Amino acid sequence: MAYGSGFFKTSYEADMAVLDSGVRRVALAMLVIGLLALPRVASAFVLELLSQAALAAVGALALNVLTGMAGQVSLGHAGFLAAGAFTVGVLVEGWKAGPLVTFPAAAVVGAVLGLAVGAPSLRLKGLYLALGTLAMHFVVLYLGSEYQARWGLNTGVSVPPIVVFDMRLRTGVQWYYVLIALAALAAVVSLNLSRSRVGRAWMAIRDREVAAASLGIAVARYKLLAFVASSTATSLAGAVWAYQRSFVSVEAFSFFVTVEYLAMIVIGGLGSTLGALLGAAFVTLLPYAIDAAVASLLITGAAEYYLFPLKFGAFGFLMALFLLFEPQGLVGMWRRARNWLVLWPLRYAPLRGGR
Amino acid sequence: MQAVASVLVLASLYVLLGVGYVLVYRASRVLNLAQGDLMMLGGYALYATATTVSAAPVVAFPAALAAGALTGVLVYVLLMRPMAGHPIFAAVLVTVSLGIVLRVAVVLVYTDQIRYPGQVMALSNEPLRLPGGAAISTLDALTVLAAAVLVGGLFAFLRGSRLGIRMRAAGERPLLAAQRGIDFNAVFALSWALAALAGALAGSLYASNVRLDPSLGVLGLKAFAVALVGGLDSIGGVVVGALIVAAVEVLTIRHVNPLLSEVSPFLCLLVMLLVRPWGLWGTREELERV
Repeated sequence: MAYGSGFFKTSYEADMAVLDSGVRRVALAMLVIGLLALPRVASAFVLELLSQAALAAVGALALNVLTGMAGQVSLGHAGFLAAGAFTVGVLVEGWKAGPLVTFPAAAVVGAVLGLAVGAPSLRLKGLYLALGTLAMHFVVLYLGSEYQARWGLNTGVSVPPIVVFDMRLRTGVQWYYVLIALAALAAVVSLNLSRSRVGRAWMAIRDREVAAASLGIAVARYKLLAFVASSTATSLAGAVWAYQRSFVSVEAFSFFVTVEYLAMIVIGGLGSTLGALLGAAFVTLLPYAIDAAVASLLITGAAEYYLFPLKFGAFGFLMALFLLFEPQGLVGMWRRARNWLVLWPLRYAPLRGGR
Repeated sequence: MQAVASVLVLASLYVLLGVGYVLVYRASRVLNLAQGDLMMLGGYALYATATTVSAAPVVAFPAALAAGALTGVLVYVLLMRPMAGHPIFAAVLVTVSLGIVLRVAVVLVYTDQIRYPGQVMALSNEPLRLPGGAAISTLDALTVLAAAVLVGGLFAFLRGSRLGIRMRAAGERPLLAAQRGIDFNAVFALSWALAALAGALAGSLYASNVRLDPSLGVLGLKAFAVALVGGLDSIGGVVVGALIVAAVEVLTIRHVNPLLSEVSPFLCLLVMLLVRPWGLWGTREELERV
């Protein structure tokens, strides 16, 4: 971070600190207070949108761990989500299982699936690995649709709300708090992973595998760990998804969903926790932002109908633009803007070498 | 006998799509996940020509193929060329974006209704009786013919012609090829054009034979299993891969369960990745063990 002169990190602790300046502490405190107080002022629709963004953030952070940090490309993210959601659906439908059973089960299923998909990563790289994960996605979806067909649940499986101490988790406000808390938890875990031995090992593997191995990093073990960690978290996110929508169906986990999550981490900024959060919010809110823009321009009738596909395809176009022109994503733009502001009126940092 | 005929027809469709993957992979080392959507676009180009310009197949089919080839060149110049030097992963994601953009564009213009260009062009599509009691439609037979001609033509082109040899050279080692005076940009653009043309051919045949809707691109995802089974950089491998994948798919439909047949290409892909990741005829490259 090029904070001009006068801001130097002089100890290891300072370098590791997450909240390294007063400004950041104040900003975080304001964010927390704002998110906690929001249900008092915001409408149910806004809360629903933020809940969706928060849930997407959990999935995006999980994908970011695998693809952004460890550099293992996955085209099967929707498959992991589906695995978690269907674990819940199957257990609830067949055995009337409660959340105390379904969540650990979803975690186990996710971990096993991650191990199964991760194992080829010891042999395969890049494109070939991505193809393997994509194939896994279709196999998981097949199992789901086979289950639906076998039990005559062609439209999907319905899931009852979670009951905690005789209290039903069902209103939008309750879900809002739960999902925001989950997203915050995932963000903290991801941030801590990136500052720890594990995260540094992953990033070393991402940047150059041979160099990482020669530094003594057990490449095979860390790669598998990345897959298992990511798929477990994603599967849990899928389980939460099932409870929040109170409905599970194969149609909800198409390849399109995988692309959406990839777009989140690409648009946000690959490998960055803040980027995954920003990207998740951006991609989730984009259709509604387009909607609002159209409504404010007072376009109605046929144009509105035509805009429907545009709303859901806009992120694809934006992902291409970001890949071509801003590979650092929103985080890169934010960093540049901040540096410009901090350094103003100078053009660049007095000491070169700061990032 | 009918099973053999079905396998042959399905395999031909897969060959047309798989050849596109291989050509692009040889040129840009990128897996073009928009190949299926390029195919869909070819189908719509056919439909557009048939409804606006002329319903004569002699006009509509060449127009669709030309539109396909032009799209291929545009994709290379506008998207793939600027992605040179970026990670391959990013380039693959760009093709994914391209697929979504193409699909949205088609829905914007033609909505997501199912269309039948075959009816617009009033193709009769008579069933042909084959020896052994099997029957396939005329357009099915044309698909098989098209695949055979395309693969044969590509073989002759890549083996014999000057341009084809340049194409192989540039695909193998772009730097060396450039030093020998080969304009690899032109060659790669040509590769993309040929790949998109093959896609458009598949799309226009499939669209006039079966149906046309914006989600046709999903077929393309199945066809990459074909390219990988055969070997991502081998055109001959595509034919064998297509036959294997199509045979597995047809057999699963007939003897196991139609739902399973939808994923059978991906099961073939997984088996291949476990046993021989570089495919039957592919070059062993950039695959190192940890």
